[in-house]
Amino acid sequence: MKYLIGLMIALTGTWVLWSWHFTTALLSYGLASCVVVLLIARRMRVVDREGAPIDLLPVLVTYLPWLFWEIAKANVDVARIVLHPRMPISPRLIEVRATQKHDLGRVIYANSITLTPGTVTIDTEGDLITVHALTQGAADGVLSGEMDRRVSRLGSQS
Amino acid sequence: MDLLVDVVGGGLLLFGAAFALIGGIGLIRLPDFYTRIHGAGITDTLGAGLILSGLMFEAGVSIVTIKLLLILLFLWLTSPTATHALANSALETGLKPRLADGEEAASTP
Repeated sequence: MKYLIGLMIALTGTWVLWSWHFTTALLSYGLASCVVVLLIARRMRVVDREGAPIDLLPVLVTYLPWLFWEIAKANVDVARIVLHPRMPISPRLIEVRATQKHDLGRVIYANSITLTPGTVTIDTEGDLITVHALTQGAADGVLSGEMDRRVSRLGSQS
Repeated sequence: MDLLVDVVGGGLLLFGAAFALIGGIGLIRLPDFYTRIHGAGITDTLGAGLILSGLMFEAGVSIVTIKLLLILLFLWLTSPTATHALANSALETGLKPRLADGEEAASTP
């Protein structure tokens, strides 16, 4: 039930933000289409922890700023390599184990790796994640496992 | 005050444009498909992020700011997904990454 309510709030919120017109006609169209989407989603049985991850919102507040900072640092590293006359890259493949209990946590972890320049998740199988890294330094960053620990710490929800 | 907003906003736009350009340079200079993805990642993350932040500064606090923030959020949700889809399908179809030393993959215990 709480996922249904959470999804409804997210849908209507998105509609209002996108349109930002407050006439009765437009608001009722919006409400009607949100209800239809909600009914379809419920019929497809996708309204659950994974389809509407509202439990994650509070913990993401602490995770996202850290991730943004990591992304900024990694960007500067990769930009320096790209602009370097000799372009000192040492591409390698590494495999790491994701310690998250659920798929949603693994998706957040794998996507965080991809979002960070210098490392891209190229394969996942069970909890084994294959990462292509541009340099040894980028590979070491993933192997240190800090990101993995932080995503796991997002709580039992992830 | 207006001047300050313009300086900060313009600075962010300038840095964003620079990073987007560096991403493009990386795309051309890097040697193979898998390494080029990393170059494109610069444009996707810091380039787009700084440009949109600069626009947010210029827009001031209004509905436009919130929309720009949501664009950034959706961009950062979809771009790693698309990147992974590309990289994974390259791997699945047998494109081998050029590695610095041998084909062996290191791993954590």
